Amino acid sequence: MPEKVTLAVFSGELDKALAAFNIAIGAASSGMEVSMFFTFWGLNIIKKNRGSIKSRGIMRKMLNFMNRGGPKRLPLSRFHMFGLGKWMMGKLMRDAKSPSLEEMIALAKEMGVKFMGCTTSMGIMGITREALIPEVDSYCGVATYLSEAREAKVNLFI
Amino acid sequence: MKADATLDCIGLYCPMPIAHTAKKLNELEAGQVLEVLADDEGIKEDMPAWCSMTGNEFLGIEEEAGEYKVYVKKSK
Repeated sequence: MPEKVTLAVFSGELDKALAAFNIAIGAASSGMEVSMFFTFWGLNIIKKNRGSIKSRGIMRKMLNFMNRGGPKRLPLSRFHMFGLGKWMMGKLMRDAKSPSLEEMIALAKEMGVKFMGCTTSMGIMGITREALIPEVDSYCGVATYLSEAREAKVNLFI
Repeated sequence: MKADATLDCIGLYCPMPIAHTAKKLNELEAGQVLEVLADDEGIKEDMPAWCSMTGNEFLGIEEEAGEYKVYVKKSK
């Protein structure tokens, strides 16, 4: 039985998403079985970059307008500076030949990392499955996450 | 040290050298030796750690002018 790693990804900022995927890819490269549970703002990481998000109700529509998400749109948790900081960080990372978040998502998937979407957050925030990338393996709640996490030696909340 | 294959990770940061090593080692046969070239000094600690997790054999590291040659023997 391979060792398990579970990550509860709550944050929707680029830097935290990169850290989460860095750990996920490192663990998958080390022969571990990795599950990432995306909840609340973390769902922004696995939203499609394109297309509008259809949701019911004026408050959900407003939320999804202001909180569009998608790996290309995530802000930095510090020094975002209306996008200038993010642009500079992106440049530093490209110069260092670091993979982009989208490349890391694709690599994680290729290595067998499992993506789980939190249905409670999706329901409350009005995020449909169509708004999320097709790489999501399952849509579930806290019980499914815990059933994986209790078997995992490494469990992180990011 | 003699190697059966070489993997160039110069200029790459964590986790890419490890990710590439895992992939490359899949292509090799048990007992073959992979040479990894890297310049992120984290590799000095990371490769032995990775080998202990995956059960592959860490053979050693050669350092020259900020570049590292790391040798890993595929065990299974």
